[in-house]
Amino acid sequence: MSEQSRKLVVSTTADQTEARLSLLGDWRIDDGLLNGEQLRQQLAPAPSWQRLVVDGDQLGRWDSSLMSMLRELRNLCQELNVELELASLPQGVLRLMQLADSYPTRNTDKSTKPKLSLFERIGKNVQSSLRNLDYILDFLGHLTMALVRLVKGQARYRSEDVRLFLQDAGPGSFKIVALISLLVGVILAFVGAVQLRQFGAEIYVASLVGLGMGREMGAMMTAIIMAGRTGAAYAAQIGSMQVNEEVDALKTMGLSDVEFLVLPRVTAMLIMLPLLTIFSIAMGILGGALVSSLMLDIGWLLYIKQMSDTVALYHYAIGLAKSILFALVIVMSGCIHGLNCGRSATAVGKATTLAVVHAIVAIIVVDSVVTILLTVLGL
Amino acid sequence: MSQSHIEVNNLTMAYGPMVVQRDLNFTINRGDIFVIMGGSGCGKSTLMKHLIGLNRPAQGEVLFAGKSLWHIDEQERRNLLRRFGITYQAGALLSSLTLGENVALPLQQFTPLKPSEIDDLVRYKLALVGLEPYQHFMPSEISGGMRKRAALARAIALDPEVLFFDEPSAGLDPISARLLDDLILELRDSLGATIVIVTHELASIFAIGDNSVFLDPETKTQLATGDPKQLLASCELPQIQRFLTRGERQAPTGSITS
Repeated sequence: MSEQSRKLVVSTTADQTEARLSLLGDWRIDDGLLNGEQLRQQLAPAPSWQRLVVDGDQLGRWDSSLMSMLRELRNLCQELNVELELASLPQGVLRLMQLADSYPTRNTDKSTKPKLSLFERIGKNVQSSLRNLDYILDFLGHLTMALVRLVKGQARYRSEDVRLFLQDAGPGSFKIVALISLLVGVILAFVGAVQLRQFGAEIYVASLVGLGMGREMGAMMTAIIMAGRTGAAYAAQIGSMQVNEEVDALKTMGLSDVEFLVLPRVTAMLIMLPLLTIFSIAMGILGGALVSSLMLDIGWLLYIKQMSDTVALYHYAIGLAKSILFALVIVMSGCIHGLNCGRSATAVGKATTLAVVHAIVAIIVVDSVVTILLTVLGL
Repeated sequence: MSQSHIEVNNLTMAYGPMVVQRDLNFTINRGDIFVIMGGSGCGKSTLMKHLIGLNRPAQGEVLFAGKSLWHIDEQERRNLLRRFGITYQAGALLSSLTLGENVALPLQQFTPLKPSEIDDLVRYKLALVGLEPYQHFMPSEISGGMRKRAALARAIALDPEVLFFDEPSAGLDPISARLLDDLILELRDSLGATIVIVTHELASIFAIGDNSVFLDPETKTQLATGDPKQLLASCELPQIQRFLTRGERQAPTGSITS
């Protein structure tokens, strides 16, 4: 059989009450679909008809493109109150039409969702923010209880897990923290040197690097690295456990999700982040020292002496204290997003992204609040 | 006279404003093999989540040995939950632990046993489901059917009073499904446990079920409760006849002689 392109031919009876629609040629999906608009144009005089007979005697090969046109046609006829007669079409076509109509149409909430007004949307957003806040407070409560039970020795978790998380958060993050911190120290020294050289005060580069790394950058850079590295991993781990019903299984085993999943991670982070911060500060100072000795001709001893003379120890303590807060922020963001994860692969991806984004935002916000408070207190 | 073990009173289940099922009333007796059945999407798994205390009833209550899981303190609740053994649809084994460690987990957490004793028990539980050689495999290294059996081994680790199964034979070949049915019967008889199964495998329902509830997605409530064989023989509701005969009896025939 030769290929013939599809065609619709409309002919009407003399009194215009009945029409005949002949289907010719091959109806192939490769030629695209006939959409409702085109069909309407072809059947422009339809309103005056009472009956439309579809003639399929010269129909060639057909596939879903024909079915789609026929369904469109049927809807159109219903709209215009025209009786549709399909009997001469091939058996297969009729049976497929029937099959597609045989399921009861159920009104699902999804298809009939009303469009919300601006106020409704604002209201819904406020509601969901309040719910989130509620959840965070709830989580904090559970975490506090879990920590109390941990101190009392009643918490149920695998000590093996704590070891693994300590290993991962600590030694596993060593290299990247070292590299980034060294470079931050170098950058601080460079930027400082360019400015301070104008006043012949290059020696103060040591103070700048010491203060900058010790009080601010050490804790913050480490926290941001760990949010991206470990916080994301926590959200992904717990999220995929949620997808796999593993979290349900734990709960129904009588284990608390907060104790079993969150507590080991909190413990690991609370121990490792301050240690990493100390390491980061040391690396930053080393970076500053490299710049000072190679570019500014300030010897290592002089650099150290200047730094210890001008940067008091409590600045480093402030950096360390902040790292403890950051550790909590990172773990909470990771674990909350993981535990709240939906039950699909996309949800895990979303949970991971949100965990990192929220952790980084919260780190910066916490840092600013602490800085403002300390300034007010005069520290 | 059998004793009631789990009672469901006027239970309404909902996700937010969307009601899944309402006005459920039935009793699960001690030693029953209780089947929760119904067409796809009618809320069978949701009902199971209510029975095991994962979802909170929108209305009504679920009583386990006379106590509601939602009106007791955390400690008592965990103690109650410990008497349940649950196997989830896909197993829900902790993917970071080996099969042996998975089965050992409840034993480590809730019993004062020594590691060597736990190891013995783990091997015994795995042997019951035919997986002893796989003790040191990770869940990702074994087949889906094996994962289900391993999950069963974990569920029976603490010799539970009630064993829940969510679609135990879904995705298993007919022979494995049959073996699992036999295993469930065997466990009921030997442990004396009550068994609750969510399933729509007719073969299993008739082979092992001796009590059931039928949920209907259209009317959103239970249509019948009782022994599935009795339901097939004497219940005249068309939905139930259609379901229990794989759609062969379309219209109710007034009196059905078996």
